[in-house]
Parts: sequence; C-alpha cells; structure tokens
Amino acid sequence: MNEWPLWEVFIRGQHGLSHRHVGSLHAPDAEKAIMAARDVYTRRNEGVSIWVVETRHIAASAPGDKGPLFDPSNSKAYRHPTFFDIPEEVGAM
Amino acid sequence: MYAQMVKTDANSVKTLDEMDANERAFQQRIDAGIKIEPKEWMPEGYRKTLIRQISQHAHSEIVGQLPEANWISRAPTLERKAILLAKVQDEAGHGLYLYCAAETLGVSRDELLEQLHSGKAKYSSIFNYPTLNWADVGMIGWLVDGAAIMNQVPLQRCSFGPYSRAMIRICKEESFHQRQGYDALVKMCRQGTPEQLEMAQDSINRWWWPALMMFGPSDADSVHSAQSMAWKIKINSNDELRQKFVDQTVPQAEYLGLKIPDPDLKWNEEKGGYDFGEIDWTEFYEVIKGNGPCNKERLAARVKAWDDGAWYREGLLAHARKKNAAKAAA
Amino acid sequence: MSDLPLFDLCLRMGDTCLVLAQRTSEWIGHAPVLEEDIGLANIALDLVGQTQLWLGLAAEVEGKGRSADELAYRRDQGAYRNLLIAERPNGDFGHTLMRQYLFDAWHYPMLQGLTASSDSRVAEIAEKALKEVSYHIARSADLVISLGDGTPESHARMQAALNDLWPYTGEMLIVDEVDAALCEAGLAPDLEPVSAAWHAHVEATLTQATLAKPASGYMHKGGKRGLHSEHLGYILAEMQFLQRAYPTATW
Repeated sequence: MNEWPLWEVFIRGQHGLSHRHVGSLHAPDAEKAIMAARDVYTRRNEGVSIWVVETRHIAASAPGDKGPLFDPSNSKAYRHPTFFDIPEEVGAM
Repeated sequence: MYAQMVKTDANSVKTLDEMDANERAFQQRIDAGIKIEPKEWMPEGYRKTLIRQISQHAHSEIVGQLPEANWISRAPTLERKAILLAKVQDEAGHGLYLYCAAETLGVSRDELLEQLHSGKAKYSSIFNYPTLNWADVGMIGWLVDGAAIMNQVPLQRCSFGPYSRAMIRICKEESFHQRQGYDALVKMCRQGTPEQLEMAQDSINRWWWPALMMFGPSDADSVHSAQSMAWKIKINSNDELRQKFVDQTVPQAEYLGLKIPDPDLKWNEEKGGYDFGEIDWTEFYEVIKGNGPCNKERLAARVKAWDDGAWYREGLLAHARKKNAAKAAA
Repeated sequence: MSDLPLFDLCLRMGDTCLVLAQRTSEWIGHAPVLEEDIGLANIALDLVGQTQLWLGLAAEVEGKGRSADELAYRRDQGAYRNLLIAERPNGDFGHTLMRQYLFDAWHYPMLQGLTASSDSRVAEIAEKALKEVSYHIARSADLVISLGDGTPESHARMQAALNDLWPYTGEMLIVDEVDAALCEAGLAPDLEPVSAAWHAHVEATLTQATLAKPASGYMHKGGKRGLHSEHLGYILAEMQFLQRAYPTATW
C-alpha cells in the first residue's frame, strides 16, 4: 500500500490549555506531519504547539463499552463539590 | 451546496416498526439529537450514503480550487493576490478536512481520489464553468460560496460527528470567502469605472443560473432526500435552500447595481419571498454528465497533478521507510 | 545602478520575492498531494507579504509618490531587479522545490545580515521576514533531503534539477557595485559571509540528500541589474494584465 499514513493532529491553542484534537492529515513521516499540521491547522494563528500521532497507534475504547465504562461514575455524586453544603458563615470554599 | 443528488440506496424510508433492533436504536439516537461516531454501529446505507456525500463535497472543494486558481497569477493588486491565494488554500484545506471525515468511515483517501479521477464520483456542477474575467473571482466568492454556506451552516448540526465537526471548521472559514468576494465586487461596481461594472454584469449573467443549480433539482418527492433527512445528514430541502438564497442575494445584487438575469424575478408579497424563473435543468444534467464547458479540463488537471506527483509521494515514503528502518536497527 | 542604492536593495529583495511567488503559485491546485497545495500556498503568501513590505519601502525611498502596487504592476521587465533563479520555469515539482531550497539557503543568511542594517526600516522588514524564511528553509531542505534520498527516480529528478539550476546560484553570491555600495553604507551585509553560509548549508543538505554538488562553472547573471531571461516578460505580461488593460481602474 503506497498511501501516506494518516496522522491525528493535536494543537495547543494560544491560551495554555491542553493539546486538543483538531483533525487529521496524511504525511510520510512525523517531521512532515508536523510541518503539514502547521500549514493545514494553524493558518489562522490557532496554535503554539503541535502533537502528531499516527492514527493506527491510537487505542480507543469500544463504543459498546460506553455503559460499563462511564455509567458507574454517574452514581458518585459525592465526587462533585456541589454535593456538600458548606455553612454560609464559613464563606467561600 | 457541493453535494448534489446523493443517492441513499433506499427504496422507501422505513418506519421505526419496520426496523430491526439495531436500526431502531440507531434511528432513535438520531431522533434524540445524539451524534453518531465512526466506530459505532450504523446501517450500511447510512455509511455508504455518507461516504458518497462527504467525498462528493470533498471532491468539489478540490476541483473548486481550479477556477479561482486560474486568476491568482493575474490578480490586479498584491493584496488581492494574497487574499485569493489564502482563499484557494482554504478550499484545499476544506477538501482535506472532508476527506479525513470520510476516512473515518473506513475508506481511504486514495480510493476516493481514484473514484474522482476515474469519473465514478461526482463533484459540484458549478466548477465546470469557466472563470473568464476578474469579476468571476468575486462572483464565485459571493454567489458560489454564498450558496455553499446556505447548505453548510445547517450541516454543522448533522448526525455524523466527524462531518459535523468538519462543517463547523469550514463554516468558520467560509464567511471570509463570501465577504472577500463581495468586497471585490463592491470595489468594481460602486467605486469602479463603467468598464468594471460591465465586467461584473457580464459575470453575474454567466454565474447566476449555475449558482441556482448548485442546490440541485427539486427533491420534494425524492426518497433519497427523505431518507437523508431522516438520518439528519441533510437538513433542508433543495427548494427551501434555493429560495432562501435568492431572497438573501437579490438585495445584495441591487446594492451592487447589478441586474439579475431573470425577467421573471419579482417580489411576492404573499409568500414573503421572490418568485423566480424556471431553471434550465437540461443544462444541469448535461453538465453533470460531463458536457459542461470545463468538465474535461478540470478533471484532466486533477488527474495530471496526481499522476505527475506519484514519484514525489513515493520518494518521500521511501525516505520515511529508510529512516524508520535505520531507527529500528539502531 | 540608481543613485539610491537603498532603492535598488528594496527592488532586488521585493522583485525576487514577487517573481518567485508568482512562479510558486502556478502550482496551486496542481500539487502532487493536498498537503503540498496548502504548504506551497503558505510559502507563496509569505513571499507576497514580503513583496508588499520591500516594494512599499522602495516606493517610500524613491519618494515619487508611487505605491508598492504601482512598482509591481507598472514597471516593465527591464526595471525589475529580481534574481534570475526566481524566474526559472517551474519544471517538475522537484525542480520547483530545488529552486526554492537554493534560494532559501541564500535568503535566510541574507535576511539575517539585513536585520543589522543601518536603516531601521530595512532591519524591521528583515526581522519579520526572517521568521517566515526560517520555516521555508527548514521545509525545503527537509524535502530536498528526503527526495534526494528517496527512490532512484526521485533521486534522479532532484539531481537533474540541481544540475539545471546550479548556474543560476552564482548571481546571489557575487558582489556587484550596488552590493558594495550597500555594504559600505551599512545598509546590507557583506556578501562574503552570506556566501559562506550558503555554501555550508547547501553542502550539508546535498550530502544528506546523497546528491552530487555540480562542479563550479559558468554562472548566469544580469537579473540584479535588469538584464533578464525571456521568461520574465511573460510572467509580467500575465501578472500586469488587468492593471495595463484598465489603467484607470481601482481594484
């Protein structure tokens, strides 16, 4: 197969946030994937840092496992700060 | 609208009762406004239709570079040259986003390109018309991108996650396209010489009807259209979008002092929109069949670019493989 | 040489950027792969932007009320001061890349030198352009290396491109009386170290690319003083068409 491999592109925006997935592209190797990502995905000054990873290296959870993986955390309301009432006299916490 | 007349393989739209359990669960998620992601179960028809629609859209962006690129070397000022370069570059970017969205459905970009190059896949009829004068560049931005935006804005809400995300990105960039086109025309029509106004009028005379054809023939009774709407990969009917486009565009043309080449065009108070003349669908079908003024050149240009570039793509891949092998050996 | 060496400098830089941008953008829509269409467009855009700056300064220095656009669109080929290498036809994609690389390898150290210009406007433009050109040279060098060291075919094509373009590389390194006057005035760098940097970069790149450096031989010159190849006339005829056909129009 002589198609250039597919890469997933992650960009850190201007605001110091985490790298975020922005899209994909084809490139023969990592160096060129980074250059192409710069040309394709930061044309409007969108980024300060780029990650690329070949798509085939991404392991993903199976859509069918969505229930077992994510539903259990639904019932753990105590993990959220709003679960706890702090007396007003105490002030902000 | 860059995807015209996308077939769905459906003979009729199934009701929930007629569906099997998987299909029903799928349809109910769509009805509930939940996005479908690539690895999830989906009916084969949905997958195939999306590949057709997204790739047709992508092909349109790629072929769509050509009519405008035709004027990059002749742009009349340095700034217009830069704007046009950036605009055509965006089209390539849009094609790229869309191919990637299609690839999540299990088809490779090279396969899709092969379908384009062999003539199996279609692209929008509009790009088979020539750009003959500089006003055409403005006209494409204003009318063609304007028509595309009509269709793409609602598609941001479509049911397939990667397509919807690509549309969001594209729509953000597309409004620059329409505005730069209109701006170029304002300069020519309102601040320019009589010759420039004439040039713009000649341009709208040639582009108006092809722009209306972009929305495709009436699909009020089309099974494909009903199925696509049920799947939420098509949001509005062709006629609905076309009407909206005409209503929006006529006042913009008036501001430019351009006459729309349609003697039947008039405001209809009752429906709160414009009535307009009959579209020449014979011309549309001829263009779709390959008999438009530029079909052959457009496709030939893309095929040549691809074929001439084979050594380049292979060269870079060969080097990457050598590098990887050296790394692995170290 | 005009009596304003600074004007000449701005034209040499600006015209070269413009003609190369013009050539580069011929590829838009026709590149070997989508990512390359987009990458090339960025290079062309940078070059058009730099043209605007250099010709803008040229117009200011000249002080005759001409604009950057007027300089670009209303001068005939004999008044252009671009390097001949910029007007070479595109050839195959490897040829285009090689031309870009050989130019970038000069452009980069030249701009570095210009950041120290005694004229702050020149230094400022150079500063801005240098950021863009750092990317250009990284990209073009990487591609030359990869294609030189790719398949036998890509190697052969890159070698042919190199051989073909080599006689056009001398012009940017050879000092003429304008260069001497500019250097003397502190407006532009001495071309000696620029030339050394060019040679070092090119040799390193060609080695990695497994390409053979052509023997030094005859070098074409003339572009810098307005003596061009036949190609420039056509490039300008196309580029200037609207401005020439509709001289009173604004766009």
